[in-house]
Amino acid sequence: MSDAVSNSVSNVVSSPAFDVAVIGAGPAGLAAAARAVESGARVAMVDDNPRPGGQIWRASRSPEPWLRSNVEVFSGARVFAAPAPGVLALERSDSNLELRYRSLILATGARERFLPFPGWTLPNVMGAGGLQALAKSGLPVDSKRIVVAGSGPLLLAVARYLRDHGADVRLIAEQADSSAIFRFGLGLIAKPAKLIQAIGLRAGLLGVRYLTACWPVAAHGAEKLESVTLQRNGKTWTERCDYLACGFGLIPNVELPTLFGCRMSETGVAVDEYQQTSVANIYCAGEVTGIGGLDLALVEGEIAGYAAAGKPHDSRKLFAARNSKRQFAGALERAFAARAELRNLPQDDTFVCRCEDVTYARVRQCSNWREAKLHTRCGMGPCQGRVCGGAVEFLLGWKPDSVRPPVLPARVGSLARPL
Amino acid sequence: MKSIEARPETLNLRVDGHTVGVPAGSMVSAAVAMAGASKFRTSVTGQPRAPLCGMGICFECRVTINGRAHCKSCQIPCEAGMEVETDV
Repeated sequence: MSDAVSNSVSNVVSSPAFDVAVIGAGPAGLAAAARAVESGARVAMVDDNPRPGGQIWRASRSPEPWLRSNVEVFSGARVFAAPAPGVLALERSDSNLELRYRSLILATGARERFLPFPGWTLPNVMGAGGLQALAKSGLPVDSKRIVVAGSGPLLLAVARYLRDHGADVRLIAEQADSSAIFRFGLGLIAKPAKLIQAIGLRAGLLGVRYLTACWPVAAHGAEKLESVTLQRNGKTWTERCDYLACGFGLIPNVELPTLFGCRMSETGVAVDEYQQTSVANIYCAGEVTGIGGLDLALVEGEIAGYAAAGKPHDSRKLFAARNSKRQFAGALERAFAARAELRNLPQDDTFVCRCEDVTYARVRQCSNWREAKLHTRCGMGPCQGRVCGGAVEFLLGWKPDSVRPPVLPARVGSLARPL
Repeated sequence: MKSIEARPETLNLRVDGHTVGVPAGSMVSAAVAMAGASKFRTSVTGQPRAPLCGMGICFECRVTINGRAHCKSCQIPCEAGMEVETDV
């Protein structure tokens, strides 16, 4: 690259080398950074949101016990490439940064799985966690009529949050059968703290209908959502509502670990007992290794933090706690597995890819991801398949084949350097 | 747990030319919705779109802020005097 081009790139700063760089400032990343810095490492923590806490601790003081003043925090910063070993390329709103590190902890968390159905692209049809995030971001929901739908314990937490903030939660539609959830409930009895938590959530929802084996089949409206049609026991009916908060569980954000070549497991990124991935000095912690919830994310983060800072033996005391939390996560996965009928939700003209407006009929004609990208542009828009990827995996069984830099849309100025 | 509702300060910004007051700490996405705009952007086939994920994954919340296009409004805190344009 010529000097003229290099000089045209504004504000690219290169950091001194950190012992440990943590990507993601949710519970796993916060716990990892805290334990790494306590172990004597020089630690940087990067997150694309304005404040630490991740999604679960958005707009709350819950991160405070895990914040350490000697961790250097880069908020509002996106990792878009790894231009050389030990270097991350970050983009912030007005500047770029090359972050240098010796060990890397990827705590990139999870996103909701969205499944396409007719009308799901209408304004005010959102994820379950998505609407909660918007409410935590300042959107008033008082007196709004809201249907909460999809699958998993997140629906209960979201419904309670919305109701506590004045929303008229019309019902919770859980796609899983009551028998599966009941089996999960029995398993909980061996974990008293979890049982109390679960009962607390249900008790807080008295007066809100919780329908199992129930799911949305279509959303309706002209310019925005006006009503949703639900199905249960072979019957359908329509509920008028202002918002549909709908998410079918969570899927790990594996794009960055994939870019680094980390091997995958059945549930997410494969890690060893110290949370190290198949790539030396790259660790993963939290939901990115498999969906397991807050408590597991914290303990995995702590273990990764100790290990990445060169104190792996300090983490061994946490192994037993991690094992029990992993068992709980496995039971959860089985109880809320997505039912096969959900594959019938998208119609021929339903958009699967919202970035490029690609219909299900066009995607289904292809035989794999590569062909779909080449022939339809499915997964080629700004989100880079982050939304349609989880849907296509469920609908057609395709796993994403590769990740290439930039892993997110980046400014031209950011790209005017070798990736 | 302290949420943003506990901080009463209000700041004003403009969405499509209309002034909207929001609690300090609100994201631009909330301000756009509070201003009454149901459409944040128009899709490649002309459909109205608004935030889906609320957390910076889906890119449906893109708006123009102070003249800069394609800003993810779910991840950008409101600032007094911001000029926000939807559907550009």
